[in-house]
Amino acid sequence: MNTMILLNTIMPGQVVLEYSYLLSAIMFVIGLKLQSHPETARKGNFWAASGMILPMITTLLLNKDVAGEGISLTNAAVVILIIAAGSVVGAIMARKVKMTAMPQMVSFFNATGGAASATVALIEFNKDPNNAVLVTLLGLVVGSIAFSGSMIAYGKLDGKVGDIFAKFMTYLNLFFMIVIVALILLVLFGGFDVATSKYIVYGLLVLSLVYGVSFVMPIGGADMPVVISLLNSLTGIAAAMAGFIYQNEAMILGGILVGAAGTILTIQMCRAMNRSLINVIVGAFGGGGASAVDVQGSIKEISLSDAAVLMSYSQKIVIIPGYGLAVAQAQHIAHELDSLLEGKGVEVKYAIHPVAGRMPGHMNVLLAEADVPYEKLVEMDDINPDMSNVDVAIVVGANDVVNPAAYDDPGSPIYGMPIIDAHLAKNIIIMKRGMGKGYAGIENFLFFNDKTRMLFGDAKSSISKLVSEIKSM
Amino acid sequence: MENVLSFLTANKDAIFIIVLSVFLGFEVISNVPSVLHTPLMSGANAISGVIIIGGIILVGHASTTFEWILGSLALFMATLNVAGGFVVTDRMLEMFKKKKK
Repeated sequence: MNTMILLNTIMPGQVVLEYSYLLSAIMFVIGLKLQSHPETARKGNFWAASGMILPMITTLLLNKDVAGEGISLTNAAVVILIIAAGSVVGAIMARKVKMTAMPQMVSFFNATGGAASATVALIEFNKDPNNAVLVTLLGLVVGSIAFSGSMIAYGKLDGKVGDIFAKFMTYLNLFFMIVIVALILLVLFGGFDVATSKYIVYGLLVLSLVYGVSFVMPIGGADMPVVISLLNSLTGIAAAMAGFIYQNEAMILGGILVGAAGTILTIQMCRAMNRSLINVIVGAFGGGGASAVDVQGSIKEISLSDAAVLMSYSQKIVIIPGYGLAVAQAQHIAHELDSLLEGKGVEVKYAIHPVAGRMPGHMNVLLAEADVPYEKLVEMDDINPDMSNVDVAIVVGANDVVNPAAYDDPGSPIYGMPIIDAHLAKNIIIMKRGMGKGYAGIENFLFFNDKTRMLFGDAKSSISKLVSEIKSM
Repeated sequence: MENVLSFLTANKDAIFIIVLSVFLGFEVISNVPSVLHTPLMSGANAISGVIIIGGIILVGHASTTFEWILGSLALFMATLNVAGGFVVTDRMLEMFKKKKK
């Protein structure tokens, strides 16, 4: 077809295609908005998913390349085949994964999205090395970093990859960043011929992959949610950059939305831990600053039967769950305990710290899976004013989120972090495997409180013993 | 300098879209109860699979072996992101349904 004719004719198909992208973008916005409220969240996910399916169909039917050629039947068949295969594999993975392993799964899917963006950018660069070079390179670099970084995050959360923490990593990462920026500028303004540019771009690809690894490597397990959220926003940005290559509004808007959403989520997570993003990335946590306050008091244990009596005759109990509860798979038995106590007229609530679990909200998902009613989960800010009326605060597998050092000890690394005020309760029972310190490696003053009693052992077996103890009373 | 100016002019619409979408993203997301942070992150992650459109365009017009192989790979991975992302999000949100007593 002649290009001149193409320029002068408005084809209805193209108009439908363009406006389907607008519609899709609107559906993404509505979907995200609905996902911000518990009652409408599931509906929001359907909106977003529909907003994805619509442009997939219109693109397949109506997309035309620069020469005005539509997608041929053979190619369309291959596209449908691949999408069908990918959907089946993806859906099976998502269905099979255990709820405790959810953060890894999200990280893995994020990695595939990043890889897809980087690959698309690479192919487009090969097709036409002079078209939209800046966004193509950015898509390649950001997508590659998101891919390799997410894979490392996945490996770490799955326990397959360890931490490498060394001071030189900070400088190494800085060095990589500078070289990547320099190479991008070189391709843009260096005036190299196409062959040379291609070599530089391949170097850029390798370097970005390496940088993704070295960027996530030194970051400790407790900070992983922040990193995943950050990588998630990078994937969004990579998709948006690829969207610019095609001038595709659905990709641009969807990608930037995710980029912005991921950034906000990252900032909110950092705030909940009283840390700055820079701090997380540079990894200043490891050492644990010199504490100004000496711990006073001693550790006191409680027997199972005493704990059972104390709980049965209380009026108000708050359970404060941490990741230890999830690791021990104790959420189901915890629900059994709370129903048992409710049957005895005890009011039981769960106090959820914003960063309890491995991701914000992860604890809610785990408890919801164990059929704990949504109404029983109370957020930190709502439960704290009521904490002094609580008869027993039961801390299960949580540590730093109840450490009063956040209030008292300016020398503590967690000073200023919002915590659940377990220390205000009339009695405190702490279920713990042993006297090890929390993730942050800080002494917990709460353990030495006069009102505190320790119940040592695996969370699941401790709670199930408690359940049978209370039943036999 | 001329490069920068011509870039800013040529991409004016795109830059407008970016800036306004960033604000839109911030507004839509803020004030989310922390209960929903994980599902929301997962839902947003699924949307970042919108690169699937790029994959469809690529494979749809693929002609060289290079484009066929890498394009198919990109499309497959993007589909994993989309399908897996939405299903996993739905699984999480399914649990927040109010239980009938």
